[in-house]
Amino acid sequence: MSIDKNAGNNQPAAENNNGLPNEDRRTFLKKTSAVVALALTPPTVLKAASMDEKIAAAFEQVKITLNINGNRHKLAVEPRVTLLDLLREDLKLTGTKKGCDYGQCGACTVHVNGQRVLACLSLAVMQDGKKITTIEGLAAGEKLHPMQEAFIKHDGLQCGYCTPGQIMSAVACVREGQANSEGQIREYMSGNICRCGAYPNIVNAILEVKNGGQKV
Amino acid sequence: MEKAFFDQDNINDSLDRVDGRLKVTGKATYAAEYQLPNIAHAVLVTSTIAKGLITALDSKQAERAPGILAVISHVNSPGVPAYGSSPAMPERATLGTPLRVFHDNLVYFSGQPVAVVVADTLQRAKYAASLVKVQYEKEPHQTDLEANISRAALPANVQRDKNSRYHDYDRGNPEALNTAAVKIEATYKIPTEHHNPLEPHALIAHWEAPDKLTLYDKTQVIKGTQGNLARAFKLPIENVKVQAKFIGGAFGSGIRVWPHVMAATLAAKKVQRPVKLALPRELMFNSVGSRPETIQKLSIGATKDGRLTAITHEAIAHTSTYEEHTERTVLATRVLYACPNVRTRYRLVNLDVNTPTWMRGPGEVTGVYALESAIDELAYALRIDPLELRLRNHADSDPEKNLPWSSKSLKECYAKGAEHFGWHKRTLEPRSMRQGQFLVGYGMASSMFGVHRNNAKARAVLQADGKVIVQSATSDIGPGTGTAMTQIAADTLNISPALIRFDLGESTLPDAPGQTGSTTVSSVGSAVKVACEALKQKLLQLAVTSPHSTLYNANPADLSVADGRIFKTQNPAVSITYTEILKQNNLPQLEVTEESKPGAEWQKYSMSAFGAHFVEVHVNPITGEVRVKRVVTCAGVGKVINLKTARSQSIGGIVGGIGMALTEESVMDHRFGRYVTADFANYHVPVHADVPQIDAFFIDEHDPHVNPVGAKGLGEIAIVGVSAAIANAVFHATGKRIRNLPITPDKLI
Repeated sequence: MSIDKNAGNNQPAAENNNGLPNEDRRTFLKKTSAVVALALTPPTVLKAASMDEKIAAAFEQVKITLNINGNRHKLAVEPRVTLLDLLREDLKLTGTKKGCDYGQCGACTVHVNGQRVLACLSLAVMQDGKKITTIEGLAAGEKLHPMQEAFIKHDGLQCGYCTPGQIMSAVACVREGQANSEGQIREYMSGNICRCGAYPNIVNAILEVKNGGQKV
Repeated sequence: MEKAFFDQDNINDSLDRVDGRLKVTGKATYAAEYQLPNIAHAVLVTSTIAKGLITALDSKQAERAPGILAVISHVNSPGVPAYGSSPAMPERATLGTPLRVFHDNLVYFSGQPVAVVVADTLQRAKYAASLVKVQYEKEPHQTDLEANISRAALPANVQRDKNSRYHDYDRGNPEALNTAAVKIEATYKIPTEHHNPLEPHALIAHWEAPDKLTLYDKTQVIKGTQGNLARAFKLPIENVKVQAKFIGGAFGSGIRVWPHVMAATLAAKKVQRPVKLALPRELMFNSVGSRPETIQKLSIGATKDGRLTAITHEAIAHTSTYEEHTERTVLATRVLYACPNVRTRYRLVNLDVNTPTWMRGPGEVTGVYALESAIDELAYALRIDPLELRLRNHADSDPEKNLPWSSKSLKECYAKGAEHFGWHKRTLEPRSMRQGQFLVGYGMASSMFGVHRNNAKARAVLQADGKVIVQSATSDIGPGTGTAMTQIAADTLNISPALIRFDLGESTLPDAPGQTGSTTVSSVGSAVKVACEALKQKLLQLAVTSPHSTLYNANPADLSVADGRIFKTQNPAVSITYTEILKQNNLPQLEVTEESKPGAEWQKYSMSAFGAHFVEVHVNPITGEVRVKRVVTCAGVGKVINLKTARSQSIGGIVGGIGMALTEESVMDHRFGRYVTADFANYHVPVHADVPQIDAFFIDEHDPHVNPVGAKGLGEIAIVGVSAAIANAVFHATGKRIRNLPITPDKLI
């Protein structure tokens, strides 16, 4: 028998290799914020740990402006928040899906300034000033986008969880001019996994939209 | 109408998915997407050892981190009443005890939840989870099936149950194998595979009162989850509500209540807020089961003209140390062919891993892979076409139960599949077909999956506006449950599908079994049909008994129904609509609830779906790369309710089979007892580029015996046999028989 003293989790250890506590950014901010705040507020306030926390938290928020589906959002976000978590958890735009969080499945595909991007690999703070389109913004009101119509017609979905990412990728695939043959579509859609196996139906949907000549 | 379902040239006449619009617009709400006020986020801390004890769990630093509401572990768990009080000296659970979450300090597998961190944001919960320090006392673990094969044993739960189908089975004289004119013997291995639905398992647990729990959970079994949680927390069943309206795939991973569900429920109890927990992808490899690794030995004897004289099939699979997962691995071998002498053996080995579970086509997928590979090997030994060999040994009745089949279209599947595929172009010799630089292989395999049926209830409510709401606590992991039920209801009531709304995914609805074992249409579909039929009969009754009705005193036998209108068959102008009947009788609505159950027909018939797959592969002789170029799949599954969604299911089964045959393998590092392929970059599921167009179709099969709908179920049979067909095609292309899946390039060069 042996004793495993390593931290019991999948996350990075909280201590440096030299065993010293890791003075992280937050701890540093708290100290500096306290110095700034000392000059401005009575000392009694500072004794309240929650206030200390709030000051630290305020320093950690980065102000950004995003245009999402045509709506301007002025936001203050922590730098570590991904675009995906911002959409799903803060803005309640849950149409963009989290399938792996590692950029391996494509379920979180959105358009950033017209290009397909994996929202799980993109930090929200890096999107300041950019135009983002999610699945919720693809249809024109009640009128579905031709790709959405084609997915329904060709049954390019089953459980539906990969579907928003597939559709966002499919639209980009056509716009990029990479949808000229079945083989080309398969290559350029291979970043979007469908575990239910709707692939042939998805390819048929994309081909129809591409050959239909409608504006996508 | 009947015929139209089988007009396979007109697939676009099929009803589109009723929830398609919600799914393509991102408005379908999955478990983790419900918006509740004051929701908190949970992140699991999981064990880094495969077996041992937690000797210390230090959560002080985590608890001081910003936004943290609680760190819950065995040290401070609010407790699950059904577990009993925490023991002073914990002992390992006896076999058959589901993992008791945060109950004691024992570790049963790597990745077991040892604590859960709850915070006001996901990011804060994740960070604090990294601060929890756990110390362990390790014990030696066993995770290697082959190294432990000497411990293989008949499962204890089989030993206790004399009616179990997994007992040792001998038919006739299996020793006839020794005197067979031609004999083959081979061992086939499949690795552990993981379901990996694209939506990771997730739930929101909400204690609406100290004794009232609501779960928004990714579960295939809504009523089962409700009952399980009610028993665990000793609550009246009506105090537990479970909701699962949209499920992002499951393939069997959502049949059980897994430890993370208990962890989130305990966390919600502790912090008295709704708690959301979504598993990260890497935890999908040790939290929600797997297809068990299985080693199978097949021996087949035959006469020189290809009549099977004996088959023996031994299977050894892994399970966990605390539970026994058994599945139907050897059962198909007893019935797929007419063979007088058959022996099957089924054994399990307990390992220090999370319990395996049912994964699409459970048991049959594994067993039929081995059997259909062995039959192919026998065909080469006999120099008989593999399809011809199967025809010569066709089982005209069930050779195990000695019962007639309720219906069987396997010969038609062989014939039509071969015709669609162009099987006659195949030359017998391996490595005899080429296209350019590629070796070409044609392979085929049979498929089967037994028909199953459970009790189910459905409610049908006709409203004043003519719309009908049909309800049952079933679910939809992807096949299109709502679409099929809408179509069954519309056909039964003779109204447009547009007037039907089918509600599912809530435990408050009439009882339904889980979406498992291809039983949804056979069970719930039957209940929907019976309920709608009862509703129609009530309307007919009212039409002839209401004095104001145009059909007053008419003989019901003289009446017909179409488009929500009852009329005299001989004089259609004399009619009354469903809504007029309600109005005349001052009824705001008309409601019936009916239950449908299997009956005596199960003693008279053996019921199974059968099918055949035909595959063309191209193999690069230099790199060993296998590409599936063409697939034809055909099945007799009774009535096909919706051709479009049924084809999609068949195609999905082929795609799953391509993964099983060529890429999917969960690799365990036995030094640590941990899967090292725990993401999509290392666990390879098929992508677009791996999947060709697939010709999927069905035999027009009328089965009056299986259930009122006449449908046998499709989800499982779609994948059974696919990996064998591909492996057989690879042999035909290369002359190399790869008997351990997946067939990766390294095994071919």
